[in-house]
Amino acid sequence: MSSTPMTRSFLQVAATEEVASPLRVVQIEGLVILKIIKHCKEFSQTVVTGQLLGLDVGSVLEVTNCFPFPTRDDDEEIEADGANYQLEMMRCLREVNVDNNTVGWYQSNLLSSFLTVEVIETFMNYQENIRRCVCIIYDPSRSNQGVLALKALKLSDSFMDLYRNNNFTGEKLREKNLTWVDIFEEIPIKVSNSALISAFMTELEADTPVTQCDYDRLSLSTNPFMEKNVEFLIGCMDDLSMEQQKFQFYYRNLSRQQAQQQAWLQKRRAENMARKAAGEEPLPEEDPSNPIFKPVPEPSRLESYLFTNQVSNYCNQINGYWLRGRVSADYI
Amino acid sequence: MASSDHTVLLWGPTVTARVHPVVIFSICDSYVRRSDLADRVIGTLLGSVSPDGTVDIRNCYAVPYNEQGNVVSLDIDYHHNMLMSHQKVNPKEVIVGWYSTGFEVSGGSILIHDFYSREAVTNPVHLTVDTGFTNGEATIKAYVAFNLSLGDQQLAAQFQEIPLDLRMVEAERVGFDILRSTMVDKLPNDLEGMEVSMHRLLALIDDVSKYVDDVVEGRASPDNNIGRFIADTVASIPKIPPAAFDKLVNDRLQDHLLLLYLSSLTRTQLSVAEKLNTAAQIL
Repeated sequence: MSSTPMTRSFLQVAATEEVASPLRVVQIEGLVILKIIKHCKEFSQTVVTGQLLGLDVGSVLEVTNCFPFPTRDDDEEIEADGANYQLEMMRCLREVNVDNNTVGWYQSNLLSSFLTVEVIETFMNYQENIRRCVCIIYDPSRSNQGVLALKALKLSDSFMDLYRNNNFTGEKLREKNLTWVDIFEEIPIKVSNSALISAFMTELEADTPVTQCDYDRLSLSTNPFMEKNVEFLIGCMDDLSMEQQKFQFYYRNLSRQQAQQQAWLQKRRAENMARKAAGEEPLPEEDPSNPIFKPVPEPSRLESYLFTNQVSNYCNQINGYWLRGRVSADYI
Repeated sequence: MASSDHTVLLWGPTVTARVHPVVIFSICDSYVRRSDLADRVIGTLLGSVSPDGTVDIRNCYAVPYNEQGNVVSLDIDYHHNMLMSHQKVNPKEVIVGWYSTGFEVSGGSILIHDFYSREAVTNPVHLTVDTGFTNGEATIKAYVAFNLSLGDQQLAAQFQEIPLDLRMVEAERVGFDILRSTMVDKLPNDLEGMEVSMHRLLALIDDVSKYVDDVVEGRASPDNNIGRFIADTVASIPKIPPAAFDKLVNDRLQDHLLLLYLSSLTRTQLSVAEKLNTAAQIL
């Protein structure tokens, strides 16, 4: 009956509950890839998101289906509508025996950044409800150049701990040995197709020696893309230097405050010496009411970590282009 | 069946259908996930109709249904719910027809088709996908129906096959390699893809020059059409002297090297910045 796949999935989920092995591979069905691409292409001007459905089997997270979310509006009414839409969609899909386990969400990435605080927040929200969750990022603009730009990301456990306690001071980060590289973990993607689809695709494959993918790859007009990349890189560097200035400001304040504290302490000690000499009670060496003893709040390092991540992303992309350019130059 | 000149009289402009691969994938998936009792799945096709009569089928969803003997029952509520949900995401997609798995049109189809004629904006398209590989190949066909009537009395409905265009370009973008096999361990990365493409390009150039050589030396019989194609292709690239071409390529390489340098520099900066951010602490 229709419930058989469901019970199995619950059993599997229950089984993984006991031995929590780390998530190693995300296994995506070809259907999901096509659906994500379709959704992202149709709304290529805006960031679109959708839900991923599937099963959590041991160290493999299977993504077997997905559905798109309507483009977001800030209207509250529409937001409530969105939640209803989600429930309705899940209910409907369950009726046709689709796995209705949420395993994460997907998102399109318009060249700019996907590493934002919002993504982290969404991730934390998902993580509260489901134990394993993954975010799939698809980049339509890179895909126009013949690359299947899919990425599966998750937040690292140590980062999540820190985020929950909202602890992004230098001390804590050093204690946990967490660097900007460790915020997101990229999980390798596997693609699976049912035997039926495999049969159909083998049958339907056009008999041409060159595919659209090749045309896209060999297109020489990568310059606009490079320009955009460098532009974003520069913007990101500006943001990063802003963050650095914040830190400098903080350190300057901190050292000024410490100097003040020292001065005050010396004065108080001298005073106490004088009082001792005069046979009076010494004054306490600390005075909480004095404003110079109020700790200066340390700025969070989250933002600068994220910017650093973005910058390194852009660098990677630029390097990727260069390598591609080299390969074609080599052959020429 | 009516002869072809009849259909022209009845139909006027011919309708063609374009099916995107995501639709085929969805249909196969819902067939694999069908319930035990059903031997076929049916569902709604969404898409758009262009002014010239081409039906663009871009999306679809399965609809639970039951068939016992001559009684066909379709979950109409479900159909409407799903339609509402899909239109929230993309209001431009409307009902253009319905699909069913199986080989060609079966008996109960006309009832379902009637239902969809009331739902769809235009004459609905009926898509059949032969998931059983009845005659040994993947048969995907599209039909439109029209009524045969005598006066006011309706006699029968006839399904007329229409030309079908499988939009495999979309699938090619993703790459057949990962859509065709049942399991791919790793997504191809930038470089590997580029290398494969370059190899293919070189092989094609080799093929063409071999053919031209053969013709010139009289080993192969010349074909004017092929000759024209080759001439057009060669003419489509402006003639650049080798020295200028070299310069172009090298300049480009220089530009890229500069960018590479820039990005390496940035990376170094990042590592330095990171050290400073976490290590420096005035206490």
